[in-house]
Amino acid sequence: MNPAEANLVDLVQFFFMGIQRGCIYAMVAMGFNMIYNATGIINFAQGEFVVLGGLMMVSLTMALHLPIVLAFILTVLFVVVVGVLMERLTINPVKQPTVLRLIIITIAVSIITKGAAMMFWGKGSHYMNHFSSAEPLDFHGATILPQTLWIMGILLLVVAAYVFFFNFTMTGKCMRACSINRDAARLAGIDDRKMVMLSFALSAGIGAVAGIIITPVIQMDYTRGAMLGLKGFGAAVLGGLGNSTGAVAAGVLLGVLEALGAGYISSHYMDAIALVILLFVLFIRPSGIFGSSEAMRLKEF
Amino acid sequence: MTNNILELDHLRKNFGGVVAVSDLSLNIAKGAISSLIGPNGAGKTTIFNLVTGFAQPSGGHINFSDRRINGMKPHAIAGIGISRTFQNVQIFPNMSVLENIMVGRYLRSRAGMLYSCIFPPILRNEEKRIREDAEKQLHFLELEQYADTPAGSLPLGNQRMLEIARALALEPGLLLLDEPASGLNARETIAMGELIGKIKEMNVSVWLVEHDMDLVMDISDYVAVINFGGLIAQGTPAEIQRNPEVISAYLGG
Repeated sequence: MNPAEANLVDLVQFFFMGIQRGCIYAMVAMGFNMIYNATGIINFAQGEFVVLGGLMMVSLTMALHLPIVLAFILTVLFVVVVGVLMERLTINPVKQPTVLRLIIITIAVSIITKGAAMMFWGKGSHYMNHFSSAEPLDFHGATILPQTLWIMGILLLVVAAYVFFFNFTMTGKCMRACSINRDAARLAGIDDRKMVMLSFALSAGIGAVAGIIITPVIQMDYTRGAMLGLKGFGAAVLGGLGNSTGAVAAGVLLGVLEALGAGYISSHYMDAIALVILLFVLFIRPSGIFGSSEAMRLKEF
Repeated sequence: MTNNILELDHLRKNFGGVVAVSDLSLNIAKGAISSLIGPNGAGKTTIFNLVTGFAQPSGGHINFSDRRINGMKPHAIAGIGISRTFQNVQIFPNMSVLENIMVGRYLRSRAGMLYSCIFPPILRNEEKRIREDAEKQLHFLELEQYADTPAGSLPLGNQRMLEIARALALEPGLLLLDEPASGLNARETIAMGELIGKIKEMNVSVWLVEHDMDLVMDISDYVAVINFGGLIAQGTPAEIQRNPEVISAYLGG
């Protein structure tokens, strides 16, 4: 293999690694957006949904030996219930909901969830079997894990379901209506509090899916939530808050940039790279690369 | 059963020390077009907000079809058949015209949240029915050619029509219109008057706040005049136009 070819293989390898992580950031960012659109707040417990999804899946498949499909469904349901409980118990009862108050509540929920996860699953990191073979596939000299293909495929499915839900179902249309103009939506008889609850449920569900599919490649532990949440938040901002197609593109982009940085500069700086990108976006184009500045001005946050 | 669709009983609303509505008792007749007029700041929009649950009264009661509705939430009030439009048009600008109306039909569809999560194929039929109903609504308002246009890009006159169409999609018993003609040109105002007449023929009671006196006197069956949150006069348009108190407080001003 000559040096030019070797360089190309490296590049492709970094690219695969980036896509794998980027898909996860994209899903976390979609979760952020869903709650942001319904309530105007950033849910800092979003990363915790991912962790809960991963850890629950580990318990169901590795300890209880349930089949993957069944465990997948049960795990998503479990995290959805956690999301709904979070909204009903901590967000809904707030007498005078302001953006700041609600955000601080989500930080509290994230700390509590993290603590509970530590008590239940312990401090160690948890290994989980890959969905199919763990043998890397050869791709012109570079390798790709079958799990990465699963991650990409499931992201596509989630995006398709998302688009279908918001454009072709009445409930989805009503959620959009509620985020565009809450007063008009209430007049049309839409219960806005119910839509907020639904946004937490969906957002928790997407978080759970992200946690489930990434756990075989990163080994989940209870502290992972903060960093996953932060990267997902970066992707959401990069894509323009509230813009979910932007979030998917930005998530994948962020993952790839991070992997390239880790590969060509130093893997020590991997987390820093994503955050530096986030800072630059906030300095230069706070509405995100895919967001319109006009839409941004209309939002309260 | 009375002939009133809506009864306000000693209704009061204070904002801090400011009295916006003071001890207002007023009945809105079923099947008629009633208007509420008064100078700016007289409390007209506040009264609409109280009726639709966007504000809570400080005292008194609101009865809709002999059912007490004060304290109910806006979506619940919409659910029992009071629909409304706003002074500054409230539509969903980045959704299509058809989608705007479909959202208005949400309450009349059986597709509850849980239901639509569990039975997606049934939901698609439901969605089709809602779409067809919405298309009928569009036809009624002669807005068909705009069905797929983003609502925000319509001219103001059509945006108002759309807001009314969405309100009607709820199949309300009572429709509150807050200044439907404001910002419209003469031709659009005439069309609006005709539309309101058609709504009455559909057996929907209409309650109107409006500054265009020609329009009010032309289409109303009953007119009530308020000032400083209290009732000055009520009666037919002809009676109101002759009432000296109204003339001095408002029309002659």
